[in-house]
Amino acid sequence: MNGRRIRSYFVAFAKGYIRNPIGLFFTLIFPIILILIFGAVFANAGSSVVPLYVENLDHDSPASVAFLSALNDTGAVQVYVISPTAGNLSAYLAKNSETAGLLIPDGFESALVAKTPVDVVVFTNPAAASQAGIVIGAVQGVESAFNLKEAGGSVVVSSSYLNVGSRIFTYIDYLIPGLIGFSILTSPMFSMVNISSTWKRDKLFRQLSLTPLTRAEWLTAAMIWYVLLAIVAALVMIFVGRTVFGAHVSVVPWMFPFLVAGPVLFVSVGLLAGSVSKTPETAAVIGNVILFPMMFLSGTFFPVSGFPQYLQTVAHVLPLYYVIDGLNDGILFGNSVGALRDLVIVLIVAAVLFAAAVSVFSWRED
Amino acid sequence: MTAAVVVKNLVKTYGAVRAVDGIDFTIETGEVFAFLGPNGAGKTTTVEILEGIRPSTSGEVSVLGKDPWKDARQLQQRIGVIPQDFHFFPKLKPREAIDLYSGLFGVPSRATELLDRVELPDKDEALFENLSGGQKQKLGLALALVNDPQLCFLDEPTTGLDPRARRAIWAVIRGLKAEGRTVFLTTHYLEEAQLLADRIAIINLGHIIAAGTPKDIIQRYGRPERLQIVGDPAMVEPLRRQVGLPVEVQDGSVSVELHAKGDALKVLSWVDSSGYRYSSFSTAQDTLEDVFIRLVGASDHSAMDIAPEGDAA
Ligand SMILES: Nc1ncnc2c1ncn2[C@@H]1O[C@H](COP(=O)(O)OP(=O)(O)O)[C@@H](O)[C@H]1O
Ligand SMILES: [Mg+2]
Repeated sequence: MNGRRIRSYFVAFAKGYIRNPIGLFFTLIFPIILILIFGAVFANAGSSVVPLYVENLDHDSPASVAFLSALNDTGAVQVYVISPTAGNLSAYLAKNSETAGLLIPDGFESALVAKTPVDVVVFTNPAAASQAGIVIGAVQGVESAFNLKEAGGSVVVSSSYLNVGSRIFTYIDYLIPGLIGFSILTSPMFSMVNISSTWKRDKLFRQLSLTPLTRAEWLTAAMIWYVLLAIVAALVMIFVGRTVFGAHVSVVPWMFPFLVAGPVLFVSVGLLAGSVSKTPETAAVIGNVILFPMMFLSGTFFPVSGFPQYLQTVAHVLPLYYVIDGLNDGILFGNSVGALRDLVIVLIVAAVLFAAAVSVFSWRED
Repeated sequence: MTAAVVVKNLVKTYGAVRAVDGIDFTIETGEVFAFLGPNGAGKTTTVEILEGIRPSTSGEVSVLGKDPWKDARQLQQRIGVIPQDFHFFPKLKPREAIDLYSGLFGVPSRATELLDRVELPDKDEALFENLSGGQKQKLGLALALVNDPQLCFLDEPTTGLDPRARRAIWAVIRGLKAEGRTVFLTTHYLEEAQLLADRIAIINLGHIIAAGTPKDIIQRYGRPERLQIVGDPAMVEPLRRQVGLPVEVQDGSVSVELHAKGDALKVLSWVDSSGYRYSSFSTAQDTLEDVFIRLVGASDHSAMDIAPEGDAA
């Protein structure tokens, strides 16, 4: 490995890439278009009935049950009673990425009977403002009805409002790490599929083999470039997600190992696909065959946890799943243990595929 | 003088195809050696084996004293190559291409000097993909010279070029020789081989069928000088009886093989006095082309195939 050669080749490679509008489009513009489209389509989607997760600490007292069924009857919310979380409803909502919750305190019924004021606690996510409004409206409506009926008009039941902490996620929050993973896959893989097949045809590898540049140096330069591209693409996507959709994503250290290991993995996949195919056309087909299942089953556009079980099983054999899962762990959940586990898997797969690619990919002729 | 290239009984097979079928030749240091042959003769295969980018099937090959396949990396520094159908990265400008090569070879970039030398306009900011065929080929030559090579392999460097670009490349090749570099040139243009090469090997179907200086080859394989008389073909029989030389009708004129110095005079005086009608006469000698076509075989039409574009083989 010779740094000067890597640098010289890197400069030429980068120029070639930048001067090719198609490559740049797919790396930087295309993911942004996807963010804008999917963000716009799904941001306000879902039924107008807001799921409301309720923790009932009043031991299913008749009054509390009546309160909840009145809430359900508003048609604005769908009540899901969860088993008591020991007062940790906020964490439960965060973990399950739900936007609205309601806590009915112990002694709700006795307070009603004694006509002493009692507070129910409403959790909403300010990022999902319209849903928060629906929930608060529904709770306040039922409260007034209760106060009128049970307490003859005096205010007994009231509510206090809590914002669910920063760890509530909207669709767009999931979309950003998913699309970062997607761009980690597509641009290195398709470039490599294209390069390894067309360069062979155009004898560009033969040309390089006449110089002291080695295959390892060549691959290193290309990988450095794709890693830089992946980082730029990730930063751009995070910026667009935040500014356009108010996504709760930020630049975290944990995303960088994936932005390095991911391109290495998919450069290898592309190199393999390109090397085993005889013509650029076959190579492109193989590339697409690899891309499509990964794109839809790895959690790019929809969280894998929402898939039916058998599809989840399929997802777990796709390398992109671990990239996206790791990015989710890093960017959304701050879950270092999960991210580390995903990273180890990505690194192992990348090492195996890289070795395979280097062994089948040759510059010289036979 | 030591030999720059020594090839002994070189064989290269692709499955059942014997692309190179037991060839021997030597290239002396400082000479321009041309491989002349039709498409598919085995020129590129041979050159690529010598460049170290293709293994041979059997035989001995020595390039600058090295085994090109085993010592490819050492050899690279000392040879310059322009491959057949030279292609480069489409989005690079000529100067950037030279800078890249210089960086890879670890030599200071002489882009201006090299572009000048191959007469590629230096201010030309066009990307490689927008260059004309001749300009691409000139850049290929410039790249081959980046590492100041002792030995240059030029595989059909002028195929498909217009006459002006071809001449420019010829000038560069002559310059290489003048600087004492050894040049291995392949071509299917006879004129080119004859003009540039010190020695030529004619190769067809994997065999070298003639080798030597153009003069040697014509002398050895060409037919004797002929006297051609445009006139009445009826003179053939009496003329043959009279002068005792082979006589035939060729392209509508009477052609007499000349074996001795005085033969032409003898023939002409007989014809003049015989009363047979004739209008003009001339002498003819085989050119390299005649020899080439005869050796390669009139049946082998590819021998005369002067392709407008680089051949795909
Ligand atoms: N990679 C290859 N695989 C199979 N056959 C080949 C290959 N390269 C060349 N050939 C065959 O070998 C013969 C010689 O080809 P080549 O050396 O390219 O000839 P030339 O350069 O004189 O045109 C041709 O018959 C050609 O079809
Ligand atoms: Mg050839």
